Amino acid sequence: MPFACIYIPNFPVAAALRAEPDLQAYPIAIFEGKPPLEKIIAVNERARALGISPGMTKAQAELCSELALRPRSSLHDSSAHAALLDCAQSFSPCLEDTAADTALIDLAGMESLLGSLPQISRAISARAVAVGLQANVAVASNPDAALLAARGFPGVTVIPPGKEAMQLGQLAVGFLFHDHLEGEEKKSADHLLETLERWGIRNLRALAALPQVSLSERLGQQGLRLQQLARGAASRTLVPVEPPLVFEEAIELEHPIVLLEPLAFLLNRLLEQICARLGSRALATQELRLTLELEVFHQPSKINYQPFLRTLRLPLPMLDAKVFLKLLQLDLNANPPGAPIVKIHLAAEPARPRSAQGGLFLPPSPEPEKLELTLARIAGMVGEHKVGALELLDTHHPEGFRMRRFVAEVARKTPQKENSDSSAVGSAIAKSAVTALRRFRPPLRVHVALENGEPARVICPKKKEAQGDVLWKAGPWRFSGDWWEHEAWSRDEWDLALQNGDTIALYRLVHDLLAGAWFVEGMYD
Amino acid sequence: MSSAVVSTSAALGRPFIFDADSEPEVRPLPGANQTSEKARVGTAAPGCPVERSSTVLRRQASLQSAIQDQQSKILPGSVLPASQLSIRPTPEMASTGILEFDALTGGLPRGCLTELCGPASSGRTTVLLAALAAATRRGEFCALIDASDALDPHSAAAAGIDLDRLLWVRCNENSPGRHGDTKKKENQKKGCPISRASLAREVGISSQSAFDFDRTPLHQSEHRLEQVLRATDLLLESGGFGLIVLDLADIAAQAARHIPLTTWFRFRRAVEHKLTILLVIEQQAIAGSCSSLLLQLGVLSTQYSVLSSHARSDDQHLQPAHAHLFAGLNINVQLTHSRLERKPARAVAFETKTAWAG
Repeated sequence: MPFACIYIPNFPVAAALRAEPDLQAYPIAIFEGKPPLEKIIAVNERARALGISPGMTKAQAELCSELALRPRSSLHDSSAHAALLDCAQSFSPCLEDTAADTALIDLAGMESLLGSLPQISRAISARAVAVGLQANVAVASNPDAALLAARGFPGVTVIPPGKEAMQLGQLAVGFLFHDHLEGEEKKSADHLLETLERWGIRNLRALAALPQVSLSERLGQQGLRLQQLARGAASRTLVPVEPPLVFEEAIELEHPIVLLEPLAFLLNRLLEQICARLGSRALATQELRLTLELEVFHQPSKINYQPFLRTLRLPLPMLDAKVFLKLLQLDLNANPPGAPIVKIHLAAEPARPRSAQGGLFLPPSPEPEKLELTLARIAGMVGEHKVGALELLDTHHPEGFRMRRFVAEVARKTPQKENSDSSAVGSAIAKSAVTALRRFRPPLRVHVALENGEPARVICPKKKEAQGDVLWKAGPWRFSGDWWEHEAWSRDEWDLALQNGDTIALYRLVHDLLAGAWFVEGMYD
Repeated sequence: MSSAVVSTSAALGRPFIFDADSEPEVRPLPGANQTSEKARVGTAAPGCPVERSSTVLRRQASLQSAIQDQQSKILPGSVLPASQLSIRPTPEMASTGILEFDALTGGLPRGCLTELCGPASSGRTTVLLAALAAATRRGEFCALIDASDALDPHSAAAAGIDLDRLLWVRCNENSPGRHGDTKKKENQKKGCPISRASLAREVGISSQSAFDFDRTPLHQSEHRLEQVLRATDLLLESGGFGLIVLDLADIAAQAARHIPLTTWFRFRRAVEHKLTILLVIEQQAIAGSCSSLLLQLGVLSTQYSVLSSHARSDDQHLQPAHAHLFAGLNINVQLTHSRLERKPARAVAFETKTAWAG
């Protein structure tokens, strides 16, 4: 039964580089600790070449001007760990979260789906790169052998069954112990290593060759366990975990951002990471939550941090980082944060990707991503609630409607409804067109001269065209509603033909019975 | 019915500027002679005919060589003779849902710009809603860019429009864009100099603006027009709509004429070779030769015949107002101009009914 191990070497550096890919070409050192006792805990190869090594103090490292010094960030570490689990989950649901930098996958049955073991290993490596991580991938017939190979050999390693001892033999004994042991475990490990060193055991081949009984007499069960590992013969079952569907990325900034343009660069990076993670889980998102931590100066000497939350809700699940970026830019442009930004947190609500079957003979419809951008741009121009689809409300109020989000995918109608609709189409074509009313928003207030209680002349100060002598009239038609609410309305409606010079036009005149005012509400056209 | 393409550059999608590499024919311009004349007067001393003639000859030789050089650069077949221009395909026509209207024009042409003109109460909105209803019944998505926020939802529903398929853009003067400068000042006060202009440039908001949008304050109708044109640009670019309607019916003809002709040309080019119908309703024709169909709407001359009252007797005026019922309009449609077929102007009439007339 093959197992794969994904191991991120030099994890703190890898997490920092994932957050800041621009630093790939620079020497970088990660430090942690309380000032002034910060110590270097991880460096990359370039920094090592400059003489920087873990254990140095930050002050010592700062003497190297080329070095990029970054504090260890739990946000970056957790994001990188989540990305590692997403990468593993995209290949098999049976995975073990072995350590922050290590994940084990059960590949049983995967060969028929994903190809041979070398192909799967390369695919895992490529997927890790896609989520921003440089990983060592090893495949072996048991989890511990895969784990040792991933820690010991860079790149992709595939150990054929039965060759574990031979392949692992060249590794140093130190690989049997985890890098980040602490306390008693570390003391015990150091003691064992010292003992093996004194015996002249430097690699796993030598350890594997020791007689079992003698080793057991001297080192006990722990020694036997280490020998099993060295031979690649240890067997255990995975402790499977189900990674939570949480897709969050965050960046803490050393220097606050005050412009939207640099913010866009950082948002782009976060969005690409989130989209890669969602993509690896075959998911999309329908809601993006952006939380910006703002640096607010209430008093000259006192700095407060307050969150600024923007939520981007999409009509359909999408997975396009560029579209998300543009939508966030437009949203932030319309609603600027108003204070310097010190931290950016972005979370995506996962959703199943939409699946739509396009019809050859169906009329074209707007692409959802393009349409969403277009609508956001138009909304920025005319106002958020001034663009969308109409929805009539269950009321007799003349303005009884509301605007809702326009979606370019209308639910497929049932066949019965389609039939009834098609009959309605025929009748609609056969019958006359419906006379339309054009509304004036807001209604035009007018002065009305009455004769025998009926309008005889209309004077409209605001719109000269909507005034004149009444040539013909029909009404009044009384309407009222919502009398149980504060917004009660009661009105008389008249249909009028007004002559203004040579032109004759038809209007709807309204007498508001509660306010006692007259309005021209619209024109028939 | 089809018509030959008249404009070579329009058919080939080239701009109307010939550069040095593609100039089809170079003739010695009178300006060149004038230049040489000026140069001759300026450089040669008076009274030296031999020197003058040699200078002229040298210049003519260099001009001839330049002409031959240019002509050699023209690839054979790069300039299409007018006799070999491709025939513009006849556009597909879509029904408006009004039989008489369809009989007159054959429907609304796809990939073309159609104008509906007329004064107030001439039936423009009725035709517009009927066309939207027909398009949504065909399963198409439609957009209405409403310059004066005049759509009556109940009329739209009564006309049979599938409201889920209609995108309504309500332009108004109280939009956020109108107070952009004020907001910018407010942001600056808050201490966050966030650059809106750079962002707008980045996302391409003002890439195809027809007006100078930074002017403040704008006249109401001008502001609404700029919103209409921007929204139209964006929707045409987005694509996928079967019918896009620009409702300029309440915009005064004088204001509407301020829209540059290049804007209409751009719109026409944007819908060309697509299945989108671009329909504009307005008071007077404003798109000029960019429109493929121009229809003039109006009420019939008999004033009271437009009002179908139940009391259609001679003593109508003696009847009380509540005995009358506004039941509909008689609309006259005249096909004024068509690029699709060359036939004399003709007209049809049709009746509309109010939703309550049954």
